[in-house]
Amino acid sequence: MKEILSLEQVSYSYPTDDDEVVKAIDGVSLSVKDGEWIAIVGHNGSGKSTMAKLIIGLLFPQDGVVNVFNEQLTNENLWDIRSRLGIVFQNPDNQFVGSTVQDDVAFALENNGIPFEEMVKRVHESLKQVKMSEFLDHEPHHLSGGQKQRVAIAGALALRPNLLIMDEATSMLDPQGRDEVIRIVQELKQRTGLTVISITHDLEEALLADRIFVMNKGKILQTGTPDEVFKHGEQLESIGLDMPFALRVSELLRKNGLSLEGEHMTEEELVNELWTSHFKM
Amino acid sequence: MDISLQNVGYFYSKDTPFEKRALQGVDATIHSGSYTAIIGHTGSGKSTLLMHLNGLLKPSEGVVRIGDTTISAGTKTKGLKDVRRHVGIVFQFPEHQLFEETVVKDIMFGPMNFGVSEEEAKRRAYELITLLGLPEDVAEKSPFDLSGGQMRRVAIAGVLAFKPSVLILDEPTAGLDPRGRKEIMELFNHLHKKEDLTTILVTHSMEDAARYADNLIIMSNGTSVMTGTPEEVFADEEKLASYRLGLPRSVQFQRDFEKKIGRKLSDIALTEEQLAEFIAKAALEEGADSC
Repeated sequence: MKEILSLEQVSYSYPTDDDEVVKAIDGVSLSVKDGEWIAIVGHNGSGKSTMAKLIIGLLFPQDGVVNVFNEQLTNENLWDIRSRLGIVFQNPDNQFVGSTVQDDVAFALENNGIPFEEMVKRVHESLKQVKMSEFLDHEPHHLSGGQKQRVAIAGALALRPNLLIMDEATSMLDPQGRDEVIRIVQELKQRTGLTVISITHDLEEALLADRIFVMNKGKILQTGTPDEVFKHGEQLESIGLDMPFALRVSELLRKNGLSLEGEHMTEEELVNELWTSHFKM
Repeated sequence: MDISLQNVGYFYSKDTPFEKRALQGVDATIHSGSYTAIIGHTGSGKSTLLMHLNGLLKPSEGVVRIGDTTISAGTKTKGLKDVRRHVGIVFQFPEHQLFEETVVKDIMFGPMNFGVSEEEAKRRAYELITLLGLPEDVAEKSPFDLSGGQMRRVAIAGVLAFKPSVLILDEPTAGLDPRGRKEIMELFNHLHKKEDLTTILVTHSMEDAARYADNLIIMSNGTSVMTGTPEEVFADEEKLASYRLGLPRSVQFQRDFEKKIGRKLSDIALTEEQLAEFIAKAALEEGADSC
């Protein structure tokens, strides 16, 4: 499969007054293929947001190379590359510019000089993709958190990006809003094969990814499928992350003396396991 | 200090063309020493409600009683300073309110404003730095040189410094990672018990409400729609769902599990620890039955 993003030995440190320089990103290499859903997880200060800034060219590495769409990211091609990226940030209220939902989605299209007819078509299309068509003329500020983030995703989709980056896009939402957003992204990925990089500290969300990168102290601590990564549960807990609910409950059940076969990532699997092993007579 | 609300209603921009009703017919009682969680969606009126609990807003309709003070539409703001000394609010993202040159000065600001002497305020500040688990050498640093989690602790210390007997927390863990969230919630739980506080937590985490609170107020569309103990409120899944609210994960798991095994567990599991305990117990009984 085609490679869409790669980092080669990338390091970055923020300028400080102290003599001691702490690297926010320390010699990170990784590769993302077309069509993958990647979750980059880590606690606050682990370097995951710096990584996002390096990928979208808000920062440039002091060492190493960032390649996006097989081109090294530089000041010269930055705008060209960014026009093919969709980015959704943490706080939905900080990214609205339009006075109605459709104006807001059209904003980036207008900036990119898309002709009017095409613009109308794309606005409708992308709002439909996030199931917000009926909110065309609503004011963005009156929407719920989940709805706001869906509009933000529509704004990103309207540019027909090759890569969607979500930087803690669900962390300020209530549980319903979070589920809404995740469901929409899941559907999009299945239907359109969009490549998604989600930066998050929510491991429940990371469970849905194809691969997880676990960040700690500016380095990649682990890479693998959710099954592989969650095998090292204690390690994740020791760096301040929370295990998915079903795994936490499994561990507690074992502490209470109940035997369980294998590991269960979801509640449904765990209920079935309990039924089969202990309650089915 | 007991707090009670009777038929409280509130309009923003009252008597202007922009008048907007935010609260209507809110009835609730918060007993002294209780840990109350106020739960509701964005726009349900939670934040407007909490500003009534220390007189930042006065009700347009109805009456708010905070200890011996009664607040209604006509109450003069002047008499409310005393109430505010007893009721501390930790707002969302409280670190945005830090402003002093050093951490100690920032923590001292609140108590000195309420007339506490400089020495006493300083003593409290150092005490709180330790209590909140901050390294001692932060005292003379600028609060803006600290990490996000540390800044939040300093801001919380600034509220605790004037020794409120009622502590209101507006989504105190927003934006923190799982470990930070847990640490802060455990800290408040510890303070609640140690300082004999009345704690009011505004949250949308059903899990935090179930784990820490003994009294719940569910808000929807500007009014209080359900009140009671967590056991009472979470027993009515359908009613909660009608306000687009879900059960805490442990209770939801318990319901799915009960459906699967075809019988109910005797108690409702408010935490993951309880859930595991109840299921393990049920499995043991099941084994004994089948022998």
